[in-house]
Amino acid sequence: MSLLQVKDLNKSYQTDTKVLKNINFSAGTGEFLSVIGPSGAGKSTLLRCINRLVQADKGEILFGGQDLLKLRKKELRAARTNIGMIFQHYNLVPRLTVIENVLHGRFGYKSTLQGVLGRFSEEEKERAFYLLEKLGIEAHAYKRCDQLSGGQQQRVGICRALIQNPKLILCDEPIASLDPHSSKVIMDHLKSISEEMGITCIVNLHQVEVAQSYSDRIIGLNNGSIVFDGSNFQLDQLYIKRVYGMETRELITV
Amino acid sequence: MNEKAFKRRKLHSILFFLLIIGVAFISAYMTDFNLVEGMATIPTALIWMAENLIITTDTLAKLPKILEKLNETIFMSIAATTIAAAISLFLGIAGSTTTAVNGFFSTLARLIASFARNIPVVAWALILLLSFGQNSITGFLALFVGTVGFLTRAFIESIDEAGSSAYEALTATGATYFQVVGKAIIPQCLPQMISWILFMIETNIRSATLVGILTGTGIGYAFDLYYKMLDYQAVALITLLIVAAVIIIELASNHIRRVIL
Ligand SMILES: Nc1ncnc2c1ncn2[C@@H]1O[C@H](COP(=O)(O)OP(=O)(O)OP(=O)(O)O)[C@@H](O)[C@H]1O
Ligand SMILES: [Mg+2]
Repeated sequence: MSLLQVKDLNKSYQTDTKVLKNINFSAGTGEFLSVIGPSGAGKSTLLRCINRLVQADKGEILFGGQDLLKLRKKELRAARTNIGMIFQHYNLVPRLTVIENVLHGRFGYKSTLQGVLGRFSEEEKERAFYLLEKLGIEAHAYKRCDQLSGGQQQRVGICRALIQNPKLILCDEPIASLDPHSSKVIMDHLKSISEEMGITCIVNLHQVEVAQSYSDRIIGLNNGSIVFDGSNFQLDQLYIKRVYGMETRELITV
Repeated sequence: MNEKAFKRRKLHSILFFLLIIGVAFISAYMTDFNLVEGMATIPTALIWMAENLIITTDTLAKLPKILEKLNETIFMSIAATTIAAAISLFLGIAGSTTTAVNGFFSTLARLIASFARNIPVVAWALILLLSFGQNSITGFLALFVGTVGFLTRAFIESIDEAGSSAYEALTATGATYFQVVGKAIIPQCLPQMISWILFMIETNIRSATLVGILTGTGIGYAFDLYYKMLDYQAVALITLLIVAAVIIIELASNHIRRVIL
């Protein structure tokens, strides 16, 4: 059975315009799934509906046997610990140190008081350093995040997600603010996360070629509907035209 | 931009300039304010100041008593500001769109803030005088209310500016509201908040003098007393001490700012 199953998901912000229309797809354990589509297609909305940063209108999101849309506050909080999220603008606390930001990923497992007092066990701290080392930024552990480069900040973001011990990581355009070299570093890390740790990754991407070279599967979203769902081999010129309404060579600026 | 638009822009600024001059003349006329006459009194005023505001050794004998009053004022300002800051922190968190618990509290916090802020401290002192009488509580409350208004507004802006990005990220990890506020929002905004609090302490020491005249407390009371006794040397000394106190506090807070930011 697949880890995540999205059924008949609908969402509109204003009553008259539907941003997501009857979305159906599923993702297996350890799968690397890319979501591509033009700006405004609803990619970010789709990701945010999954961990309920945005409230969906209708549908089901089955995750590990639970329907996330039916969960109440406490259960939702527990479910969210299993879902990491990575953002285009990293969404760290800039004034705090790298290690503090990484440990923020453990709040979901703590009582409010433990969290507010900043009580972390030795294991948690060791794990945080282990992850920083794995992503090659242990030298910056005590630096403030606003002193780091974009690529380094995004790696802090990945550490923060990984320390949650998630089963699923949602990435909303993780490389859109990065240069080509840092982009490759980040994508390689995400790929190894899904392969080695068996964590499912759903990644919103703007670059079709990047999606094709990293993904097990690609979903093409246009105007709130899925217009393509298949392997990267199946995604040829015809489908790209269907997703974006234009040929790849016209996509260079995207 | 083309030539025509550029010319029009120039015309606009000339018109605006003329309008300002016009408004200045009209208001001077309406208030019987005569610039020439006003200027003419300046030398006389300066001569009076030079003759009457000389501090002598006699005056210095009053120094300990005056300093005691000044202390009272400074500590009242600090107390009013810090207590107001604690209240404002809650109102600021409730009022900011990022951290608002719900729309009702958010609007309420903003309403309290603008109500408290848009009535001048002196007006608050006069209003509170009616119910609390002439004592230090009245002065304290007047400063307190004005400060809550100002700081709430400043804190709301600091939190809004810090942005919702980290809030969103931590909510997504399963963190609770208070964890996010306590460990992401407040640490991010703290230096700016402290900076505003220091600014308010400076402002309040200045206002406290005026409020003190009305409520008969602190350095304002001393000022009023000697003024009415026509002891202008003492008044000059008090004024100098207030200026010195404000400058010292300002220097100290600038130093603190440099360290924390
Ligand atoms: N909070 C919101 N309130 C109202 N409308 C919104 C909101 N967020 C997104 N939308 C609208 O929903 C549509 C889809 O937005 P979404 O951000 O999901 O697109 P996207 O595919 O992520 O685009 P991009 O590639 O530019 O990030 C857009 O038309 C957008 O204007
Ligand atoms: Mg988006």
